[in-house]
Amino acid sequence: MRISFLDPGRWLGAHLGLVLLFLYLPIAVLIVLSFNDSGLPTTWTGFSTRWYEAVLTDDKILGSAVNTIIIGAISTIIATAIGTLLALGLERLTNNALLDGLVFVPGIIPDIVLAIALLSFYNLVFTGMLGLKLGLWSVIVAHVVFNITFVTAIVRTRLRHFDISIEEASLDLGANEITTFRRITLPIILPGVIAAALVAFTLSVDEFVVAFFTAGTTITFPIQVYSMIRFGGTPEINAIATVVVFVSFVLILASQRLNREQV
Amino acid sequence: MEPQRELIRIEGVTKRFGHIVAVDEVNATIRENEFFALLGPSGCGKTTLMRLLAGFETPDAGRLLLDGRDLVGVRPYRRPLNMMFQSYALFPHMTVYDNIAYGLRQERVGRGEIERRVADALALVQLTGFGRRRPHQLSGGERQRVALARALVKRPKVLLLDEPLAALDRKLRVEMQLELKRLQDTVGITFLIVTHDQEEALVMADRIAVMDRGRILQVATPDELYEAPNSRFVASFIGESNIFTGRLSIAGDAATLVGERATWSVAPGAPGRAGLVDGASAAIVVRPERLHVARLESALPVDHPTMDAGALNRVDGVVRDVVYLGSTRKYVVELSDGSRALSRVQVGQRGDDLTPGTRVSTTWAIKHGVLVPDA
Repeated sequence: MRISFLDPGRWLGAHLGLVLLFLYLPIAVLIVLSFNDSGLPTTWTGFSTRWYEAVLTDDKILGSAVNTIIIGAISTIIATAIGTLLALGLERLTNNALLDGLVFVPGIIPDIVLAIALLSFYNLVFTGMLGLKLGLWSVIVAHVVFNITFVTAIVRTRLRHFDISIEEASLDLGANEITTFRRITLPIILPGVIAAALVAFTLSVDEFVVAFFTAGTTITFPIQVYSMIRFGGTPEINAIATVVVFVSFVLILASQRLNREQV
Repeated sequence: MEPQRELIRIEGVTKRFGHIVAVDEVNATIRENEFFALLGPSGCGKTTLMRLLAGFETPDAGRLLLDGRDLVGVRPYRRPLNMMFQSYALFPHMTVYDNIAYGLRQERVGRGEIERRVADALALVQLTGFGRRRPHQLSGGERQRVALARALVKRPKVLLLDEPLAALDRKLRVEMQLELKRLQDTVGITFLIVTHDQEEALVMADRIAVMDRGRILQVATPDELYEAPNSRFVASFIGESNIFTGRLSIAGDAATLVGERATWSVAPGAPGRAGLVDGASAAIVVRPERLHVARLESALPVDHPTMDAGALNRVDGVVRDVVYLGSTRKYVVELSDGSRALSRVQVGQRGDDLTPGTRVSTTWAIKHGVLVPDA
């Protein structure tokens, strides 16, 4: 049987396989090592879950994880509420490219720039004028800033397919604006809103640079991990990283699924 | 039929969007129990006028009275009108039952009564047993009927229908035209329909308002619109017409229209004459079935209703095209002045056998020529 050397299907298939390998080989190595009893990247001495146990009994790691979950949950709720309303407003009221750009910028400028900007702002207003200390709250506000951008963008994709006359029909049938939002608009865009919230939570949990600059003395999970590897990689890091990969993967998958589903 | 009571009065209503005047000082009245159509090309303001009535737009000037009460400033959910949307606007996350019950639940109607009224509404649109389905499981025609039931179940004083049949295929559309008419008789509610389809308006409506560029040009029954259009726009928008233009020349009782190459007689009592002065630009409208075509050899069609040549306008021409339309046949005639005219003949009548190239005389009875201003 002759195989066409130029068959684009074969080439693209091979390309896909290589890219996936490139993307996931390091992660696969990490996951394998997290179960390595020896804790050394060079010698495999058998399967073990001891590094996971070590993580679960480390108060510093657990404490930082709790901080990160608090920051993630609160900043997600706030950013989702604000971002959803912002998306509705932008989609319904304006057709202004400049405004769209302005809303999107905080999400795409380098983290380091956003981090420095926030830190300067906090120092000037909150610590300077109000005498507040940086901590959980300042990381939450910082994460709300960039997450509003992502929530707005995701909810807007959902709204683009939204037939505005559905809301008018609700008003026409005797429901006021609040009932219409509660019974019609929100349920219809809810999958998009949840998808946006999942992305926001994932971004917040993984976020390092902005948190590092704005957390004051508070330790978040990524900051904790960073401080651990500064003094040489410990095998616990592999276990932590594996858990983070798994959680991120599940959240992103769920978000994609929700946003694809059209009613 | 007893004279119907006035239900809606539109008084000097104007609506602008930026520099565009969508509705321009419109006046109209709609009677109780009437099937009223707003007819016009897209962008003529008919949908805006309907949305003003529904409360989705606020007029810049004028009043909208329903039963003598001004609706301006009343929120849409407090108006006793319901609308059926062009896209149907069914709630995608609710069943058919919940869609129809939605409006009743807003009124805090009791559970038992909701069940009964939703069942009645489903029966009315012949969808009994569809209550548990979701909109995406329905065909276009079924969705349309759910939208209808959802609006009617509220027992509004007026049902507004925005291009209700536009999304259906032709066969279903024709069925639904008669169905809507039947439904309106059954429920005894005033129907106000917006459409760009003249056939739809002619079939269903008791009265039609023809709109163009934000204004209502004529409000009349379908017969009147067809037989006595008051403007060139109405004449060419409703059905097919032949339009002969010129300047009006009035000499006592007699009037003629002086065109570039010919002069036509105008009927003495022509309704359009009152508003026109000597020398005004005007046009005579002749419907294709009123335009008779005969081979030139026989100067007059033998079966022409009036044999008196003086009562006819005549122009010669050549048949250029024959269009078969089943029971009728349409001739496209090139007249001696180079313009084209349409004539429609019943198959089986005299003169149904002309072929392209035949030299013919085309004639119409003077009384069948409708005089309109040529704006």
